[in-house]
Amino acid sequence: MHDFGYHRPASVADVAGLLASKGEAKVVAGGMTLIPTLKQRLASPSDLVDLAGIAELKGVKAEGGGITIGAMTTHAEVHRSAEVQKTIPALAQLAGGIGDPQVRNRGTIGGSVANSDPAADYPAAVLGLGATIRTNKREIKADDFFKGMFETALQDGEIITAIHFPKPEKAGYSKFPNPASRYAIVGVFVARTAGGVRAAVTGAGPCAFRSKELESALGGSFTPEAAKAVKLGADGFNTDLHATAAYRAHLISVMAARAVAAAS
Amino acid sequence: MPTVEMTVNGKRASAQVEGRTLLVQFLREKLGLTGTHIGCDTSQCGACVVHVDGRAVKSCTLLAVQANGASVTTIEGVANGETLHPMQEAFRDNHGLQCGFCTPGMVMTAIDLVTNNASPSEEEIRHGLEGNICRCTGYHNIVKAVKAGAAAMKG
Ligand SMILES: Cc1cc2nc3c(=O)[nH]c(=O)nc-3n(C[C@H](O)[C@H](O)[C@H](O)COP(=O)(O)OP(=O)(O)OC[C@H]3O[C@@H](n4cnc5c(N)ncnc54)[C@H](O)[C@@H]3O)c2cc1C
Ligand code: FES
Ligand code: FES
Repeated sequence: MHDFGYHRPASVADVAGLLASKGEAKVVAGGMTLIPTLKQRLASPSDLVDLAGIAELKGVKAEGGGITIGAMTTHAEVHRSAEVQKTIPALAQLAGGIGDPQVRNRGTIGGSVANSDPAADYPAAVLGLGATIRTNKREIKADDFFKGMFETALQDGEIITAIHFPKPEKAGYSKFPNPASRYAIVGVFVARTAGGVRAAVTGAGPCAFRSKELESALGGSFTPEAAKAVKLGADGFNTDLHATAAYRAHLISVMAARAVAAAS
Repeated sequence: MPTVEMTVNGKRASAQVEGRTLLVQFLREKLGLTGTHIGCDTSQCGACVVHVDGRAVKSCTLLAVQANGASVTTIEGVANGETLHPMQEAFRDNHGLQCGFCTPGMVMTAIDLVTNNASPSEEEIRHGLEGNICRCTGYHNIVKAVKAGAAAMKG
């Protein structure tokens, strides 16, 4: 790891100031992705700006029938939150299945969503629930946020401050985890909302995406059988040492069926 | 170089470190607390687990500067003088170790697990140990040890 300057500002305004004044500064949240990346020298920022000292970025609160989760809220806090368990139990369950306990004690929702790892869990929930990403500059709809592998709509100097999730009628998440890392080989988040059914897939493409095929099948009948009957071609899906594109295409229907069966 | 100051096993510790110094390096190299092991250095194995402000974390994936001002507990800090912590005693009684390399991280993880869930089931224990890898035991006796340790911690 190359050395860097370290800053722990107390407000979002100070973060923006540091990011603007330091040449190659990067923010650090839980560090569960960034520190391994620094160790491999895949990134070598001049400065790290730690978001851990900013109280307003932490915590879960009820808002407009749904919930708003601060960017620095850890996976463990979301998993244990009575508010999340009550309003969107599928989201609490998803957070409890990320990585392992030590990763959940440090890793944050803001870091996970900003990173847009193709196999990360949260992006499926953000898209599946039609969440809104709040930044220090604006609000971004989930449908406009994920742009590609490790690529999002965030601009230079823009940080996520919170994510707002509307309450669905019913939602469920199921993933086929890599047995070593627990990252999703395929994960599917389904939600029945007042505006129709949403189904988001992670692990299979360059970033999380909505499946029109699943959404129309589940819009007709929100049942595991309807999900299982969806047959997807392998085109555009990832092939790597863990699974082929065809296997991932098959897993999407299977995980969707399990997510619908588990939905509450 | 930044100066970090934290409470480690109840004592104040402070030193000058580079920004890139990992917490595990600070503990082992600056404070001589070599009970915390480095197994993989890639956030996978859990040999380096310590508690930071009461929560189990992988100290190879945390910078010393990120722990500035925190309260840290390592495996050296859990016994009460010559009396082992009930979880350490349970690992000994149940043959929860062979070479012992993973054991400090296993014990620190197990204590955090039981702090959050006083009577974990076997399934909850296995799920709770997903971040800790053991090359020797096959986990069976570790799970037994955590179960016994949990019962002993209740007193
Ligand atoms: C062993 C292991 C297993 C894992 N398993 C899983 C898994 O099963 N599923 C899963 O989804 N993830 C998994 N992860 C990743 C984990 O969830 C990370 O916590 C997450 O991807 C990043 O969150 P973080 O808070 O640690 O971010 P960091 O590592 O601190 O930051 C990640 C990136 O996001 C940027 N960033 C951070 N916060 C913000 C913000 N508020 N605004 C803008 N940019 C920001 C940083 O600059 C950096 O580029 C695993 C990680 C490890 C080490
Ligand atoms: S040395 Fe930290 S997880 Fe392996
Ligand atoms: S006892 Fe040898 S690695 Fe666990």
